[in-house]
Amino acid sequence: MSVLSCRGVSLGYEGRIIAENINFDIEQGDYVCITGENGSGKSTLIKAILGLLPHAAGTITEGDGVKHTEIGYLPQQTDIQRDFPASVWEIVLSGCQSRAGMRPFYNREEKQTAESNIEKTGLSALKKRCYRELSGGQQQRVLLARALCAARKMILLDEPAAALDPMASAEMYGLINKINKEDKITVLMVSHDVASALKYADKLLHIGETVFFGNRDEYVKNVLSKGFMPGGGND
Amino acid sequence: MTEILSKLSLYLQYPFVRYALIVGTLIALCSSLLGVTLVLKRFSFIGDGLSHVAFGAMAIAAVLNLTNNMPLVLAVTVICAVLLLRTGANAKIKGDAAVAMISVGALAVGYLLMNIFAKSSNLSGDVCSTLFGSTSILTLGKTDVILCCALSAAVIIIFILFYNKIFCVTFDETFARSAGTKAGVYNLIIAVVTAVIIVLAMNLVGSLLISALVIFPALSAMRVFKSFRSVTICSAVLSVFCALTGMLISVLAGTPVGSTIVAVDIVTFAVFSVISLIKRGAK
Repeated sequence: MSVLSCRGVSLGYEGRIIAENINFDIEQGDYVCITGENGSGKSTLIKAILGLLPHAAGTITEGDGVKHTEIGYLPQQTDIQRDFPASVWEIVLSGCQSRAGMRPFYNREEKQTAESNIEKTGLSALKKRCYRELSGGQQQRVLLARALCAARKMILLDEPAAALDPMASAEMYGLINKINKEDKITVLMVSHDVASALKYADKLLHIGETVFFGNRDEYVKNVLSKGFMPGGGND
Repeated sequence: MTEILSKLSLYLQYPFVRYALIVGTLIALCSSLLGVTLVLKRFSFIGDGLSHVAFGAMAIAAVLNLTNNMPLVLAVTVICAVLLLRTGANAKIKGDAAVAMISVGALAVGYLLMNIFAKSSNLSGDVCSTLFGSTSILTLGKTDVILCCALSAAVIIIFILFYNKIFCVTFDETFARSAGTKAGVYNLIIAVVTAVIIVLAMNLVGSLLISALVIFPALSAMRVFKSFRSVTICSAVLSVFCALTGMLISVLAGTPVGSTIVAVDIVTFAVFSVISLIKRGAK
């Protein structure tokens, strides 16, 4: 049974439909990239899956005991965060929010989870540092660690490497790949970077005038060769 | 020095001075707790806006000849706070514009009402004391003090219980909602608590200077400290220290309470700015 399936999903906001008839199934352990031009509805799809935004039509179902509050989410960075006085530890621990539920404080098990995710993302040395003093790549790693605290089986990433330099983004993609392969966590990622998407993803979803879902070879044949991605991925 | 001390102990024998010190300390503590969140959420001016709303409500209460204006003022301010903080994200009129609009509007209507229906001969004195809170802190009765203590205790308990949620919602509302946190509910709690604090603080510094009480300790603490917890604790300590120092100076030197406290806040901010510069230079 698939962990996430979308049937005939349409996305839109303010009464305007931006993407129609999206169908796909994701299996446990998949690494899926979502591509498409700016404004095609990639982030909207992610938010619809998380239940943050309503979708215009169709059904999104989680299977295999995955609840949408148990999906780790790495949103795009906001303005507020750039100068936020918080330590790496505090931010990563806040990922345990959904585990804690209505309990006001975190318990030992949750602190343990935060600790191990800090280690996994290579942040141990930075644990007490202030978020606003970190480099862009380090900040994204903190947010990834936080997403991992919320994730039991699946993480959703919204352009995790946007605004990173090539070195940092390669490191970020490597880290995500490692989490997918070693911890068997399902990855669903929005990406502008088609080259990296092709390198790591098992399956790709393209949203635009035509909607496509399939594996790497099919994607190259159906999307890239027909020029649905202008610029061949240097978007 | 002994002269100052004997003067102080003389003043402290009066219950109204003791009341003022207790209430002032509690208000300073409460306002600084939420200050950090409000500054980080880019709502520094909410205190200013809401206090003008409270001023408008006080004017209405005066016109209606209410002897106890607290419930009306509190209700109006809470409603405005909820409207401002809740619609902040996707309203047609954006956050800062909405705050500016409501604050100036309430100020104008309040003054207009007081002018048209003026009962006392000393209108400018009345307005001045509402705006700068010059004397009302020294005229607090026992019930005011008890009410103030109860509300402050409620604010502190709410803040401690929801500390982790408030952090999560302040740092990243989208993530918090994706994790199933009811961000709307916590924004509502923040709005209501903010309104309560502002109505309380009106007595201490008046409606024009409230923002200072909310933002200065938070900003000073943020210059030097690096985690949310240390910033919150430091701003609470700073705020209490500044309020106490300010009140004692004003008692001794006969200066207006509100502006003296704010002046002490400004000095602390300058000191903390210098400390942060030195720290950065040392690296």
